[in-house]
Amino acid sequence: MSTKHTLSVLVENTPGILARIAALFSRRGFNIDSLAVGITEHPDISRITIVVNVEDLPLEQVTKQLNKLVNVLKIVELEPSAAIQRELVLVKVRADNETRSQIVEIVQLFRAKTVDVSPEAVTIEATGSSDKLDAMLKMLEQFGVKELVQSGTIAIGRGSRSITDRSLRALDRSA
Amino acid sequence: MLMTEQATGHHPQPRPRNGGQPAATVEHVTGAQSLIRSLEEVGADTVFGIPGGAILPAYDPMMDSKRVRHILVRHEQGAGHAATGYAQATGKVGVCMATSGPGATNLVTPIADAHMDSVPLVAITGQVASKAIGTDAFQEADICGITMPITKHNFLVTKAEDIPRTIAEAFHIASTGRPGPVLVDIAKDALQAKTTFSWPPQTDLPGYRPVTKPHAKQIREAAKLISAAKRPVLYVGGGVIKAGATAELKILAELTGAPVTTTLMALGSFPDSHPLHVGMPGMHGAVTAVTALQKADLIVALGARFDDRVTGRLDSFAPYAKIVHADIDPAEIGKNRAADVPIVGDAREVIADLVQAVQAEHSEGNKGDYTAWWSDLNRWRETYPLGYDLPEDGSLSPQQVIQRIGQLAPEGTIFAAGVGQHQMWAAHFIDYEQPATWLNSGGAGTMGYAVPAAMGAKAGMPDRTVWAVDGDGCFQMTNQELTTCALNNIPIKVAIINNGALGMVRQWQTLFYNQRYSNTVLHSGPDDVQANKGTRVPDFVKLSEAMGCVALRCEDPADLDKVIAQANAINDRPVVVDFIVHEDAQVWPMVAAGTSNDEVMAARGVRPDFGDGEDD
Repeated sequence: MSTKHTLSVLVENTPGILARIAALFSRRGFNIDSLAVGITEHPDISRITIVVNVEDLPLEQVTKQLNKLVNVLKIVELEPSAAIQRELVLVKVRADNETRSQIVEIVQLFRAKTVDVSPEAVTIEATGSSDKLDAMLKMLEQFGVKELVQSGTIAIGRGSRSITDRSLRALDRSA
Repeated sequence: MLMTEQATGHHPQPRPRNGGQPAATVEHVTGAQSLIRSLEEVGADTVFGIPGGAILPAYDPMMDSKRVRHILVRHEQGAGHAATGYAQATGKVGVCMATSGPGATNLVTPIADAHMDSVPLVAITGQVASKAIGTDAFQEADICGITMPITKHNFLVTKAEDIPRTIAEAFHIASTGRPGPVLVDIAKDALQAKTTFSWPPQTDLPGYRPVTKPHAKQIREAAKLISAAKRPVLYVGGGVIKAGATAELKILAELTGAPVTTTLMALGSFPDSHPLHVGMPGMHGAVTAVTALQKADLIVALGARFDDRVTGRLDSFAPYAKIVHADIDPAEIGKNRAADVPIVGDAREVIADLVQAVQAEHSEGNKGDYTAWWSDLNRWRETYPLGYDLPEDGSLSPQQVIQRIGQLAPEGTIFAAGVGQHQMWAAHFIDYEQPATWLNSGGAGTMGYAVPAAMGAKAGMPDRTVWAVDGDGCFQMTNQELTTCALNNIPIKVAIINNGALGMVRQWQTLFYNQRYSNTVLHSGPDDVQANKGTRVPDFVKLSEAMGCVALRCEDPADLDKVIAQANAINDRPVVVDFIVHEDAQVWPMVAAGTSNDEVMAARGVRPDFGDGEDD
């Protein structure tokens, strides 16, 4: 069964780590759907959220191969039911005096925001799951999408537990 | 050569950042001196390399080091394979050094080779000054980027103070867990800068934690399967040699009574002469070994990785077998063949624990009965032994040459092979009784490996006889290192199995391309009528003499033993023997590429009859 899996990868904040991960995916033939990198609450650790589209067994290979990278500290698969997943889109939609109010109405329905308005276009900022954003973009298509930019998915587990806890403790022990 | 304390898999231990004692002494040095001091402290006694602009600062203090012997090679590829041969023969970390740009890129092949065969290697390269990195400066190459997929890890060092820690980490990563090559690229300005040196440095590898201790429950499961099996096989890979687990393996094999097959990378891990040994598996494996795996109901894989050259077509490999797969690299388990009992751990600990668990099974009265299995195995072994026919025209048989070299070699001789027919014959017809006496390029299949690897092995084990068994194709790729051997008192012996052709490729052309010998003829040319006279341009005898070697030629079977004895008697210089052999000799048995191991052919046109019906 081919499905999407969301991996949270904690890495040492060293130069070249993104290249190592991207190169690993390309040479092992794994497909990345989306990728987002950012800092964490710990300055020495970055968090990479990768959405991969693979069958279950190759997924095991993906995580095992990732684990072999010396700068990778920890990998956690976040189950959709037990995690909050978000993407951000900025989309510039063609708008005139007739269509602008319809667009604003759609924006409100999806709890998005209008962040810039000009006589010919409206720029919308929206966050949400990729399903929600897809639905919104589908509604906006009819007006003409002039430009679209989308972030990779970021995700965090529900509840009080933190996946960085143990890694941080490991780092602190060696700090 | 004076042997000093060595870099082994057991040190340097990583030191926790808060656990280090205050450094005893602090030396004020340059980055370059710091590098050489680090190599001394980590126990690197031999470095193979060539200087150049960016690495030049390192070579100045190298000249003064009493503890590091630098061997000036003639090509960086030679340095890399020599370091690999040194590592495979000694079990220690091999070290090679090169300058930036082309120096570094010439190391790419041996690094890739070491990566495929899990050889502990540290490659140190000079890099252009840190401010010039990324500007396409003279002799700049992004060697960290280039070697990212073929190293276990690599480092770019731009600050002098990072050099000792990086060297300690590089040796630790290279030698622990699943061994592999690590590249350390050091910017020239880091080598020139003033810094301080103290040892041991505080290493920092929070993401590197290889698992060596196997899971007790999995070990018990494996032991149960061994007791319950009717047709088990111990499928032994190179990991057993790397883990130093050959004594444990012998105990396990004799305790269980199960047949043992050792892969190309594992030859010597279990004595070839042992009655439980059924030979090498794979594309050119012994019929008994190939068939044992096909018919097995249990395969216990120890430090082996189900390589395609072993399994043949994966979907028809060992269809009846449950799999116990033990490897130190978790990513190998389940990569090619799903494991029923996965065991992550060091082969030595795994096998030692398995011995205890099997003993516990036996004491409960659960001992496997393999009598019927052995009667099958013995029948196949008797019916389909390894063998060869002597050429009818009275010319030298390559198999016989290699077999006699093996039989006449002193005890403990180390053999290094190139890649091709001679490699397979050397695997078949030389008996390996001890680990680390067989060095070859298994995973990468690097032609030209033999001469420099033999050089590295001899540099590391000067008291052993080292024979390179090479082909005339391979020999022409890296023979310049014979000059290095001659000038540095590294008296290796080289047997050129000279059939005038790229023999393995030619064999495939004979079998699968209607005998159209496109670009596999190495002798005088396509119109040359003097077949079976071997490659004569270049004249390997003259060439070897020009490089400072003793050179002999052997064309007549009657001279064979005499010439080998002559070569064995010369120990003050490298010796090259040009054996002119028949060009039509072929490697058998064979499983044609892309077919099932059930289709193993004992010889050309000879499909073994296992007496179990056509449809099995």
